Amino acid sequence: MATVTLKKISKSYGDLEIVHGIDLDVKDDEFVVLLGPSGCGKSTTLRMVAGLEDITGGELKIGDRVVNDVAPKDRQIAMVFQNYALYPHMTVAQNMAFGLKLQRMPKTEIQQKVDEVSKILQLGPLLDRRPADLSGGQRQRVAMGRAMVRTPEVFLFDEPLSNLDAKLRTHMRLEIQRLHRQLKTTTLYVTHDQIEAMTLADRIVIMRDGYIEQIGSPKEVFDHPNNIFVATFIGSPAMNLIPMKTKNGMDGLTLESDSIQFPLPEKEGHQVQANMDVLVGIRPTDMNLAHKDDGIAPQWKFDAKVEVTELLGAEALLDLRIGGQEIMGQVEGKDMPELDANIQITFNTEALHIFDKASEKAIY
Amino acid sequence: MTNNKNYQKTLFTFTGWFVSLLLFFPIFWMIHTSFKTELDAFSMPPSFFFFDATLENYGIVQERSNYFHFSMNSVILSFGSTFLGLLIAIPAALAMAFRPSKRTRGTLLWILSTKMMPPVGVLVPLYLIFRDFKLLDTRIGLTLVLMMINLPIIVWMLYTYFKEVPHPLLEAARLDGANLWQEIRHVLVPITFGGIASTFLLSVIFAWNEAFWTLNLTASDAAPLTAFIASYSSPEGLFWAKLSAASTMAVAPILMFGWFSQRQLVQGMTFGAVK
Amino acid sequence: MGSPRHHAEAGEFNQWRFFMELRRSDIILSRLAAGPSILLLFVWMAVPLAMTIYFSFLNYNLLEPGMEQWTGFLNYEFFFSDPAFGQALFNTLAMVGMIIVFSVVLGLLTAVLLNQDFWGRGLTRVLAISPFFIMPTVSALLWKNMLMHPVSGFFAWLFSAVNLEPIDWLSDFPLGSIIMMITWQWIPFAALILLTSLQSLDESQVEAAKIDGAGPIRMFLYITVPHLMRSVVVVVLIESIFLLTIFAEIFVTTGGGPGLETTNIAFLVYSQALLQFDVGGAAAGGVVAVILANIVAIFLMRMIGKNLD
Repeated sequence: MATVTLKKISKSYGDLEIVHGIDLDVKDDEFVVLLGPSGCGKSTTLRMVAGLEDITGGELKIGDRVVNDVAPKDRQIAMVFQNYALYPHMTVAQNMAFGLKLQRMPKTEIQQKVDEVSKILQLGPLLDRRPADLSGGQRQRVAMGRAMVRTPEVFLFDEPLSNLDAKLRTHMRLEIQRLHRQLKTTTLYVTHDQIEAMTLADRIVIMRDGYIEQIGSPKEVFDHPNNIFVATFIGSPAMNLIPMKTKNGMDGLTLESDSIQFPLPEKEGHQVQANMDVLVGIRPTDMNLAHKDDGIAPQWKFDAKVEVTELLGAEALLDLRIGGQEIMGQVEGKDMPELDANIQITFNTEALHIFDKASEKAIY
Repeated sequence: MTNNKNYQKTLFTFTGWFVSLLLFFPIFWMIHTSFKTELDAFSMPPSFFFFDATLENYGIVQERSNYFHFSMNSVILSFGSTFLGLLIAIPAALAMAFRPSKRTRGTLLWILSTKMMPPVGVLVPLYLIFRDFKLLDTRIGLTLVLMMINLPIIVWMLYTYFKEVPHPLLEAARLDGANLWQEIRHVLVPITFGGIASTFLLSVIFAWNEAFWTLNLTASDAAPLTAFIASYSSPEGLFWAKLSAASTMAVAPILMFGWFSQRQLVQGMTFGAVK
Repeated sequence: MGSPRHHAEAGEFNQWRFFMELRRSDIILSRLAAGPSILLLFVWMAVPLAMTIYFSFLNYNLLEPGMEQWTGFLNYEFFFSDPAFGQALFNTLAMVGMIIVFSVVLGLLTAVLLNQDFWGRGLTRVLAISPFFIMPTVSALLWKNMLMHPVSGFFAWLFSAVNLEPIDWLSDFPLGSIIMMITWQWIPFAALILLTSLQSLDESQVEAAKIDGAGPIRMFLYITVPHLMRSVVVVVLIESIFLLTIFAEIFVTTGGGPGLETTNIAFLVYSQALLQFDVGGAAAGGVVAVILANIVAIFLMRMIGKNLD
């Protein structure tokens, strides 16, 4: 197994730079997910690692070896493509064997490898079929099998689950997790689906416009987003952002808007100062319905009007209006208030995020 | 409701067959005549069923007219020009499909536009060039001309087939360790084989039936079936039964090719403008 | 509707990306690969065309070798003032126009009919498309002799069977006869393309129209015909290009006659060049034919170009 090291990797097409000198260290056996909206450069980055795109600048190492100019086949990698890219004219077994055959591996050895992998992936009964006769999930498994027979140092996945239906996607996600635990191969995985990223990754790399916005474990990027982009991109439903001003109050700093105001809860090392324009972030899940006896002080309870309700089952989403501010809240389904009801809500103040409006950086 | 539907279907069956048989009738009549004796062929009213069916005409055409020579020429010219055309067109189509440049679009359209030049526009100089280079009535000369006539269509059709191959498939092959030649040999060709085959068929059909250059640039040595059949137009050649036999043999193989490739014909003839 | 567009955009991006990504060796390789085709076609087109234009300004007769002389536009003057030219131009346009009208109308009817569900539909399609694959000299002689012969032809028998005077088609209606036989060759082409187009008609559009209360006739007028318009234009343009240069059928049936009644520009150029050996005059005619074809080609190329991405 191997590490993958990207040092100031950049990619330009002509005058247009679309990946801007990114740094990333993928540790041995680590599962790293590149996450971002389409056009953020994540696929291009993966393709540079694969050797399918030339690297414009920087240094790419797989293990201790600089591989910028090494041909894809000699990089000890294997890739699973978005549309699987199975050879339509070959059977499942031939698809898996093709790469080994080009390496001139002896037939018996190829046979042995294919058998071994098809056992892990339960492809046995499918070996003589052609891709056209397989279901989406089966094709997906064959694509992984083709990557696995090569026993690469690094697995590359390019949005492998995006063509599956929701149920199958969940299933394959678990399957990929299981395989990674079993094989412990270093993995670089590209997706735009944050749920895939959260469930699969040891670390998530969030990209936007060719820059890395944040690198961290799923919990880190969820609990401590570096900036507004990460905060709103991770988590569903998305974090509320309320424009507010900071003021010097009697007991320290307060946050104020037209309709809401509350004191800034104490926290170590924050950079919030008076008279700043800030955006206060609060996740819908960090909002609760107020009770008479919940022991929360009245200044922490806010009057809200319920404008839209969406019952999802166990939970319910609420579109609330607090003064002039629209906010999305999430409550337990059984607690869902009536439409147009006037209710009181409270925030989980420990989960408050504050971003500088100008720099969009987290300052709290 | 179902009754009405059945009635409709019967009606469509009847008219559909009627129209198709009407369109096919001249061909049927030709085949029919080819089995008559020369006397029956001229008889009035025509004999439909009660004639002595005979294969004699086919034999006579073979024996007396060197039919084999002309059909051999047709085969050599149409297959030769097609093979040659594919040989030149495949690399071009590959390059344009997988390594397009700013100019590819313009190049493709220009290639097509050459197909639209009327042959009479270049008849005179080509005739003179052929005369001076001693290419008149040679197989090699005519093969080249037929290849040039079909080259735009061959390049175009191959290009559309190649362009449909998903790039990730070739990238997967590259990751599997295939070099350019192996990519083409093991992935591209097997996947586009159907397309290459129908391009081949269509080109053979067009070359086989080409009747401007084959009439104007050949006399006897290189004359294919088009020219041979044309020789029946002289008044002395009015042997209908033999003409029919010769014609039937001349069109039969190509008719079958045509039936196989009618789907691709649309693409090949309209250059993708109709899907 | 959204997804094919998306696809096209992705495709464009891809093409552009591949172009930007080219390495030097790639560029050289792809030039080497495309080179022969382009070079050959350029030579094939440019050299003879340039010669044709050059000859058209010469007094050049093959019977008087070595007497070539620059004559300016004299050949064109002769060509345009020759009554044969007017006749040939009229015949050319008549053939192109009539054959297109007949083949498209009859081809459309055939296509609509063959698009219905009935017994043996596949086989009828095979039968109906067949005339297109018959080599021109065969179909010309087949019509001239076995169908149109005034005494022993099949049509003569049909006419006499209903007590009508048989017609001597090629003598009495030479142009009409030629138009008839070539229409027969091109109906299948029009039918096949329109049939393909009919089959690509979006089923959900038809269903939506049904729900909106459109009967079969209005369905045809408001849904089918607009959908087919594009294909009809393509058929018209492609047929024009081929029909402008009808040759073999005239060559083996009427030889351009009687008189000049079936001489079109292609045949006129042929007879001037290879029967009268007047290279200069024939070249002038050739240039005229090229210009005529180009007028049609411009429209066709535009349509193809739009469809290319």
